[in-house]
Amino acid sequence: MKPAITFSAVSKRFGEAVAVDGVDLVIGEGEFFAMLGPSGSGKTTCLRLIAGFEQPTTGHIEIFGETAEGTPPWRRAVNTVFQDYALFPHLSVLDNVAYGLMIRGMAKRERHAKAEEALALVRLAGFGGRRPAQLSGGQRQRVALARALVGEPKALLLDEPLGALDLKLREEMQEELTALQRQLGLTFVFVTHDQGEALSMADRVAVFSEGRVMQVGAPEELWRRPASPFVARFVGGSNVLEPDAAELLAGRRAFASLRPEAVRIGAEGRPARVTGASFLGGQVRLTLDVEGLRIVALLPSSGPVPAVGDAVRADWSAGDLHLMEGGE
Amino acid sequence: MRSDGRAPLWLKIAAAGTLLFLHLPILLIFVYAFTTEERTYQWPPPGFTLRWFGAAWERPDVWEALTLSVKVAAISTAIALVLGTLCAAAISRSRFFGREAVSLLVILPIALPGIITGIAMRSAFSIADIPFSTLTIVLGHATFCVVVVYNNAVARFRRLSGSMIEASMDLGANGFQTFRYVILPNIGTALLAGGMLAFALSFDEVIVTTFTAGQQQTLPIWMLEELVRPRQRPVTNVVAMIVVLVTFLPILAAYYLTRDGDHVAGGGK
Repeated sequence: MKPAITFSAVSKRFGEAVAVDGVDLVIGEGEFFAMLGPSGSGKTTCLRLIAGFEQPTTGHIEIFGETAEGTPPWRRAVNTVFQDYALFPHLSVLDNVAYGLMIRGMAKRERHAKAEEALALVRLAGFGGRRPAQLSGGQRQRVALARALVGEPKALLLDEPLGALDLKLREEMQEELTALQRQLGLTFVFVTHDQGEALSMADRVAVFSEGRVMQVGAPEELWRRPASPFVARFVGGSNVLEPDAAELLAGRRAFASLRPEAVRIGAEGRPARVTGASFLGGQVRLTLDVEGLRIVALLPSSGPVPAVGDAVRADWSAGDLHLMEGGE
Repeated sequence: MRSDGRAPLWLKIAAAGTLLFLHLPILLIFVYAFTTEERTYQWPPPGFTLRWFGAAWERPDVWEALTLSVKVAAISTAIALVLGTLCAAAISRSRFFGREAVSLLVILPIALPGIITGIAMRSAFSIADIPFSTLTIVLGHATFCVVVVYNNAVARFRRLSGSMIEASMDLGANGFQTFRYVILPNIGTALLAGGMLAFALSFDEVIVTTFTAGQQQTLPIWMLEELVRPRQRPVTNVVAMIVVLVTFLPILAAYYLTRDGDHVAGGGK
């Protein structure tokens, strides 16, 4: 993997507050890379550090082999799709898209032709004459995308680009974005707080918490083998067992995660009591009290489902109990 | 509320009375610009003549005062445009200690009575040993001109989202290009309106000017002097008519510009 963007021990402080705390990251060329974390975890600051809107307090950032520190945003080979789209209200859609080319001094006819092409790429051909105010949220999002892509950046930065869209549109755009990324072979760096979005779209995901990277890995790896209780809870909604409990169940003192869908209810296993149940459509989410431990289980709603208050037995394969080396 | 939308008779009379009270004196000024009586304002005017327009044209003191007023208003407006815009940009774009205080201090000169500003500036000039000149008048006027430009610009800056400026830089535009292609088109009408209001304010300012001018006379000061010393009185009325036109037109233009600008900028939501 050829590195596109590299963070080496990067920290960013705003006064007393530490937004990014010693982050090391390597984003590969052509990769769809997601930065996932709750709000205030430093993921957006990391994106802004790449775009050049912020400068690291300490540490070093390299973008396609060039030192990023001291390079202003307008000289960086990356473009951003902003969360609020940031379209220019005084320009037509076509001029919005052609803005970067106009700044570079490209002739009007040429840049308009290129802008038309970019609009066609995001399926907005023929919308060039309108004003941003006349477009729907989803269309504005596409214009922002076309505007960022038309200048042929080496990497595209997306800051919660789907956050303002409704669910159906969001799912459509997820598919479109991944298709676009495959088609262009461009490096995408995608910031989101939605773990489903990160897992379904990205090649690799970095999980952020309190300014630090907790784990970097492929979606499946994060899902199956979370490195810390935070990742287990935030990414997968896993059961996290305290070291004491894990010692009892697995014989080793460490935090352990147990995926809810790995829990079986049947004749075998440990005695448990159903303390809560909620219907999720295809699945039922049960809360169990297993010898004093609170365990969440997901059962298919098509099969037999015990009622709240029932005494049952809960079981899982030894391999499903994943021991985590990382502490809290 | 009555649905036919017609006001009762007494309200109509009151409204008409108020409008007459406000505007009749102005009309009288216009009428007396054409009177044949030179020493007193006699009603009805004994006759009508256009010769005061010629007389005003011939008088060098009128031209001197007019030139000075235009010069002062133009320079104060130019200063106000630069300082007011920069100040509005700083207040609305960044957070810093004492931001609210600065914002209040900028607006204060227009809230304070002009006489306070006048006295304060006069004593400041004499302490600093600055002789009275066109420059001191300009400085006096700039204090309230900055406020007008600032107020117009700050409202527009608030609507200009921060990410728009970042988007421009992200797309390759440096600071100057971003100002030229993104900021200026979005605040341009507000600046034009603010500048025109500032010009009009400066053009008919009396109080601060009396404290900051030395021997020079701006047009309003000249008019005040003329009223005390009756000689070719209707010339003052002719000049008054011109002042009304010169100040009224920019204010009218400013009104239409901001109305239109609001519509365009508001459409971005």
